[in-house]
Amino acid sequence: MMLNRRATEMAVFTLFRGCALLVVLALVVLLGYIVSGGLERLSVEFLTGMPRRANTEGGIFPAIVGTFYLMLIVLSISVPIGVMSAIYMVEYEQNSLMGKVFKMAVYNLAGVPSIVYGLLGLGIFVAFLGFGFSLISAGLTLSIMTLPLMISSAREAIAAVPSTVREASYALGATKWQTIWHHVLPYALPGIFTGMILSVSRAAGETAPLMLTGVAMSLQRLPDSFFDSFMALPYHVFYMATQSSDLLATRPIQYATALVLLLLVLGMNLFAIVLRKRYRDRYRW
Amino acid sequence: MTIAIRTDDLHVYFDKNHALKGVSMDIEMNQVTAVIGPSGCGKSTFIRCINRMNDLIPGCTVKGKVLVDGMDINDDDVDVVDVRRRIGMVFQKPNPFPKSIYENVAYGPRLHGVVETGNGKGRRRKHTKRELDEIVEHSLRRAALWDEVKDRMDKSGTSLSGGQQQRLCIARTLAVDPEIILFDEPCSALDPIATAKIEDLLVDLKKDYTVVIVTHNMQQAARISDRTAFFYLGDLIEMGDTKQIFERPQKEFTEQYITGRMG
Repeated sequence: MMLNRRATEMAVFTLFRGCALLVVLALVVLLGYIVSGGLERLSVEFLTGMPRRANTEGGIFPAIVGTFYLMLIVLSISVPIGVMSAIYMVEYEQNSLMGKVFKMAVYNLAGVPSIVYGLLGLGIFVAFLGFGFSLISAGLTLSIMTLPLMISSAREAIAAVPSTVREASYALGATKWQTIWHHVLPYALPGIFTGMILSVSRAAGETAPLMLTGVAMSLQRLPDSFFDSFMALPYHVFYMATQSSDLLATRPIQYATALVLLLLVLGMNLFAIVLRKRYRDRYRW
Repeated sequence: MTIAIRTDDLHVYFDKNHALKGVSMDIEMNQVTAVIGPSGCGKSTFIRCINRMNDLIPGCTVKGKVLVDGMDINDDDVDVVDVRRRIGMVFQKPNPFPKSIYENVAYGPRLHGVVETGNGKGRRRKHTKRELDEIVEHSLRRAALWDEVKDRMDKSGTSLSGGQQQRLCIARTLAVDPEIILFDEPCSALDPIATAKIEDLLVDLKKDYTVVIVTHNMQQAARISDRTAFFYLGDLIEMGDTKQIFERPQKEFTEQYITGRMG
């Protein structure tokens, strides 16, 4: 019987380890595939040039800039709104009916498919508010789409600040706002950064909502205002892989574009890790 | 003796749970008053009424009067911030802010600033760096922590040992210059040596402050307090001089509890 028990133990352990390894394997294969396919096409001209001859030659500079602008818009809209709603939910409506309604709304919003957000953006920003097919319509749509992610990670970070610290602050005569501003928010910052990066990365990788709100197949210039149309990296990959005149010939372009997108997102993540570490070191429990 | 705090028919409800059932008590100035009783008897709830910390608990209702200097702190026109500045509190688990030792102590004074009364009007201004330094040093000295931390004021408060953290919390409370300090089982997370230091400190503090301490440790109450109140199931059973409570309790419940036959 003893042996049997040990055998079970081994089997279960192997199963768990196998699953964990599978994740690593998936990442390695994915990276290897994209790097090997796209590296040869990567060049200064590819990164800084305009696309030529229906995207089959030249660079992807407008797509990089477009995605960068989208990330900036999402950052400046989704983060403040997300953090403020999270504060409201944790600090003001923790146990009330209102709070529960908010929580449920956030969870449900998180489950809505991105194409539906695209339709929402088309209806509200493009048509109703008259922003047209533009950077701002797409950026606002992506901001709404990433809000639930931003709110729930900020909410968790804020709720994880020990209540004993809040008590200490109140007991010294701090008001609720002072307690939030001096203690809760600073201590929750590492978690908020994580949510911020996750949200922006997610927005950077989305394709479907962009198609309904203003992404262009090919532009020889950069968007000159919020109301201009734009190119974006993920849509560029999609377009080149499905619609281009010669799918096989442009394959390196597809890989290289995917690689740039990946590097952009990984770079953001790295930045977030550095920021998070700095703040963690500053406030050590 | 002057009365520092008087409660009159104080009731506390947590939703439907009647946690404190009409407590009327006088707490005298510049004395250590111990509040004892078995777990769940309402002793913490009671002292949290005195600086209105119960306000923070959803579903908590307080009825009755808490008079400090003759003024009911639950009155509508009383500023809760002012109440908590005048009535400090030290908690069960040491809870320093994850900031430097200096910032921990300076936080309270920074919040409130200095009130200057010139030509009849109160004006609020920030402390100068020098004033803050003085308050921090004075408070840390008063909390018997200065010598241990004076060379590492910029280290995090959380890097100290448990007993030092608790003295840091005391210094932080002293820095806002309260009249009354409430201690909610301040030694329950500490070892005997750290506990002894805090006890000495409490006895010393009563010269300048009114001290109320909740403790589940009866020897502690006997050692440091002048008066003792015994709570049981939300009622104040008996209150008197500590010596009398421990040597000649008047109520049977009290006797059973202090002789260890109950609780």
